[in-house]
Amino acid sequence: MKKNWPVLLLCALLLVGLVLPLAAGTTAPGFYVEVLLGGLMTGVLYSLVAMGFALIFKASGVFNFAQGAMVLFAALSVARLAERMPLWAAILIGILIMIALAYVIEWVVLRPLVNQEGIALFMATLGVTFFLDGFGQTVWGSDIYKIDLGIAKEPVMVLQGMFQGGILINKEDVAAALVAMALVAVLAVFFQKTATGRALRAVADDHQAAQSIGIPLNHMWVIVWSVAGIVALVAGVIWGSRLGVQFSVSLVALKALPVVILGGLTSVTGAIVGGLIIGVGEKMAEVFLGPVLVNTFDLAGGGIENWFAYVLALLFLLVRPQGLFGEKHIDRV
Amino acid sequence: MFYRENGQFKSSYAADQQLLPILQDRVFMFALVAFAFIVVPLVVTDYVFLSLLIPFLILALAAIGLNLVVGYCGQISIGHAAFMAVGAYAAYNLVLRVPQLNFLVVLVLAGLVAAAVGLVFGIPSLRIKGLYLAVATLGAQFFMDWLFARVKWFTNYAHSGSVQTAPVELFGWSINSPQEKYVFLLAVLIVFTVIARNLVRGHIGRAWMAMRDMDVAAEVIGIRPVYAKLSAFAVSSFYVGVAGALWGFVHLGSWEPAAFNLTLSLNLLFMIIIGGMGSILGSFFGAAFIVVLPILLNQLPQFLGIPMSTAMVSHLEFMIFGALIVFFLIVEPHGLARLWAIGKEKLRLWPFPH
Amino acid sequence: MSQRGNPIGDVILSVEGVSLAFGGVRALTDVSFDVREHEVRAIIGPNGAGKSSMLNVINGVYHPQQGTIRFLGRTYHDMDPHETALAGIARTFQNLALFKGMSVLENILTGRNLRMRANLLLQALRVGPALREEIEHREKVEHIIDFLEIQPWRKTPVGRLPYGLQKRVDLARALAMEPRVLLLDEPMAGMNLEEKQDMCRFILDVNDHFGTTIVLIEHDMGVVMDISDRVVVLDYGKKIGDGTPDEVRASQAVIDAYLGVSH
Repeated sequence: MKKNWPVLLLCALLLVGLVLPLAAGTTAPGFYVEVLLGGLMTGVLYSLVAMGFALIFKASGVFNFAQGAMVLFAALSVARLAERMPLWAAILIGILIMIALAYVIEWVVLRPLVNQEGIALFMATLGVTFFLDGFGQTVWGSDIYKIDLGIAKEPVMVLQGMFQGGILINKEDVAAALVAMALVAVLAVFFQKTATGRALRAVADDHQAAQSIGIPLNHMWVIVWSVAGIVALVAGVIWGSRLGVQFSVSLVALKALPVVILGGLTSVTGAIVGGLIIGVGEKMAEVFLGPVLVNTFDLAGGGIENWFAYVLALLFLLVRPQGLFGEKHIDRV
Repeated sequence: MFYRENGQFKSSYAADQQLLPILQDRVFMFALVAFAFIVVPLVVTDYVFLSLLIPFLILALAAIGLNLVVGYCGQISIGHAAFMAVGAYAAYNLVLRVPQLNFLVVLVLAGLVAAAVGLVFGIPSLRIKGLYLAVATLGAQFFMDWLFARVKWFTNYAHSGSVQTAPVELFGWSINSPQEKYVFLLAVLIVFTVIARNLVRGHIGRAWMAMRDMDVAAEVIGIRPVYAKLSAFAVSSFYVGVAGALWGFVHLGSWEPAAFNLTLSLNLLFMIIIGGMGSILGSFFGAAFIVVLPILLNQLPQFLGIPMSTAMVSHLEFMIFGALIVFFLIVEPHGLARLWAIGKEKLRLWPFPH
Repeated sequence: MSQRGNPIGDVILSVEGVSLAFGGVRALTDVSFDVREHEVRAIIGPNGAGKSSMLNVINGVYHPQQGTIRFLGRTYHDMDPHETALAGIARTFQNLALFKGMSVLENILTGRNLRMRANLLLQALRVGPALREEIEHREKVEHIIDFLEIQPWRKTPVGRLPYGLQKRVDLARALAMEPRVLLLDEPMAGMNLEEKQDMCRFILDVNDHFGTTIVLIEHDMGVVMDISDRVVVLDYGKKIGDGTPDEVRASQAVIDAYLGVSH
């Protein structure tokens, strides 16, 4: 317990910061809850992207910088395909495309680089990012496209009794949260209960040991990248429905990077918890901290949420270098 | 059979440790520098200067800087354009508020400011490694993007957020024409290259490489990890800061915060991956590559006779970059510099096969 | 073991009540022994006995939960490796921790890093003190290269050398630190008979010529009996023997441990 005190201190400080706007009486409780919920919803979306990262890192030891590009590519594919066919068909074909992508990446990038260190693989995913960005826009075009999930866009007013004026909730966000939870449940079942899932966990633990008991490494990697690709598709469809499918989606997905390092690179739970923390943290900072900074320093506008996630992640890393749920790395000499 | 060390015996350690121990290398380098200073300004067109040589010289400097921290010390940084921005804005503010300063002094001071900032952002490297550090440096990029866009003091309260600079004045000489800019940048680059080679050959360079290769063993040898990592960040940021100042003043003339965005950071990283990490020469190769490739690609539609929109060309550029990164990582992880070294090895033996 | 360059002196290093655990695994339990100046002290024991962990504790790589190390009058239990290096302890590694990106010469020169003082600016310009230092230390390193007979390979990247030579470079790098105590972690692992004889000769030469106190982990009993002055025996993290090679060889506890008799 002694060793955990820096983490607890940090959490305590953050909680204080969180409650401050409410306690200071400067905001209406209804509005505060709205912002909080908004942050949670954004956090869920970050978690969706971060889950893909964690999956890939867990099972193949690769830090997939291209996850954001995969989200965008999946979203582009679905959006464009949906112009010619019903949405469910577009999503199905999108899934097939992502599986094909996993095969290609495994064959062209992962297999030749199998014995290189993490940095080399990370750089390779940088290359994949660029390639996928260019390729996606070449094939599908570079305008802004829409994905219509059939969910009403107008927010709904709830809890009018409890809070004066009620709270606005976006139905899409609720749907997103439900989908994310369902996805986590499915992944949990997959990893714990199926043989393939167990094999994947074995590969994540120790590549060579897994190979020596007959688990085909390459096959496993294709599976993992396919699963991550499907997760990316889900994330892409939800993001795309919310923001419209455009290049900035892949930049927003970069935000998922601080999520995974806060949560721990190897942990899906960490991806979820991290996503929520970052989502709430940056929303709160933008809405409440931002104006304070703007006034104090005479700034030309807000935009704190561009970097606040990184600050949060960094603070956590400094007290817990392996992330909240990550595994501690012992250097053996 | 011309490129041999036969007969070139060194009778002192000093002779053995000099920058260019082989006579043929010394001759070649002398000829190259003479060519660059004397022949090129007379022969090359303005267009080549402005779109190829000048960006190349500045990006090579930045690439050397990034290579010092990533290639030699093994600390990954994907937000290095942020430090270029620091150098550029520092130089701008110095020239604005202390106009009497000699521009060379401004460059050094801008570099020092960038070094100080780099030092601060290098502190996480003491606790976190590798990929965690990569993300932390990415944060530096976004923070700096925001800082220079929002804190109005840096841009002297300009409405548009962009800054303008006058041509550089040095000892009464106004550096205006492309030829003058080229000569100035070439001189600066040569000085900085020699310094980088000296650092890399010295004990600090060995400490950096030891940290890169095996940091636990390095500590056991007596190398202080804090000093090694932070000095790498500081020196690297100094270089990159000076490059940023030069980029803004000599190449761009006026810029907005987006000039130093993530794309530039990633380009810097690509330069050293393709050129060769842990190699000063590689930084040059990489910078040349990044500068030349878009130009070639722009000519491609005319060359092939196929019409292509500029957007299409830009997408193609992305795809080719990405594919090349992966290609180099698979085929020659040490980049063009290694290919060059292999070529020299073969040249040693030529015309014999082995 | 008749003629020695330097007679064995007083206690220079002593391990006192050291216990080390990783999570639930107890690597060392209450181990105490001392090392005298100029002697060759061997640490032996079956696999997994905690020998490497013991060296790592002396070196500062691992910090024991209990116990202390006393070296040259200083007592410590949580020094960092570079502090112990500065204090005068060097070591080689079981799995060769050479810097693969550098040549033999550069690897050994890193061993001189703790004595190179020229600041950044001087190094950048490579003038005056910086240049003198480089040449001075190069000379010292060449002396070691001569001593270990690796001259032909000084400019070769270490990754290209055969295993036996790499081990010699590892030793050279540790020697370059001019340590008072040299910790050798299985210096002869993976060597054939000739290479072992060479390494034995080098170790004894180091002890004679430089007067360095040697603590080594070794599995080859012949080597241990031949070159060491005193032996410590570890088994399952506990000390079960401490004395001259003959005493240890005759101890029943040691024989049982090696034969696998449960105890």
